[in-house]
Amino acid sequence: MKSAGTLTLTTPGERELVMTRVFDAPRQLVFDAHTKPELVRRWLLGPPGWSMPVCDIDLRVGGTYRYVWQHDRDGTKMGMGGVYREIVAPERIVNTERFDQAWYPGEALGTLILVEQGGRTTLTYTMRYESRAARDAVIKSNMESGVTASYDRLAELLATTPARGRV
Amino acid sequence: MQAHRLDTTFAALAHPTRRAILARLASGQASVTELAQPFAMSQPAISKHLKVLERAGLISRGRDAQRRPRRLEPKRLGEATKWLERYRRLWEGNYQRLDALLHELKTTQPTPGDDR
Repeated sequence: MKSAGTLTLTTPGERELVMTRVFDAPRQLVFDAHTKPELVRRWLLGPPGWSMPVCDIDLRVGGTYRYVWQHDRDGTKMGMGGVYREIVAPERIVNTERFDQAWYPGEALGTLILVEQGGRTTLTYTMRYESRAARDAVIKSNMESGVTASYDRLAELLATTPARGRV
Repeated sequence: MQAHRLDTTFAALAHPTRRAILARLASGQASVTELAQPFAMSQPAISKHLKVLERAGLISRGRDAQRRPRRLEPKRLGEATKWLERYRRLWEGNYQRLDALLHELKTTQPTPGDDR
């Protein structure tokens, strides 16, 4: 099993983004941290300087969630929300996702899968966009910051290729 | 960077075999025969993938007329991985906070799951 702490991010298909991360905790806790507002607002904050004044979660199939982040200094707000499509506690959540100022067409579908092994939990989060154009719009907006890529990171990105085991 | 160029790059990266080829080329240039070897694939099939990668500007051909070795074009790949890096950093920040929170929950709730 992978060690805790390394986030892997891949683009396995034209419309998907997949994140994988291992946490040194049982999955019930990881599930709680994703579904109880008082816990969610303590970590789902994005870049430094943002807080989460709104975190409403109606955890049932067909129920909605609503997140709003606010910049501590200039008061800028960013909101998003969606509908729960599937809930299997504490192992699986499928929900739609749409930002208030959506910069990509349509909705995205997020699937959270938690697998526990030996007291550790592997989280896999798949974002599926309505089209390749939508996913690439997300990609493009993220490129604007101009962070320099390192080849260590690239190696990580490429490390998930299935052919590797056969080499 | 132009959007259509990015589309081409990501379409090229969307296939596992092509990502495996790039991973191989990251450790040095290689001929088509060498690249085909680890895969259960014919040389023409590999050549097709190489063409896609070449069109996307992710690889180029070396000067050796006999072997025509393919090599990685790091600039384009760097552009494509930039956004991944930013996205990754954002989530890594979130998940480090989650690590700390989970640690706290573990120490305050010694028998998780029984609390409901």
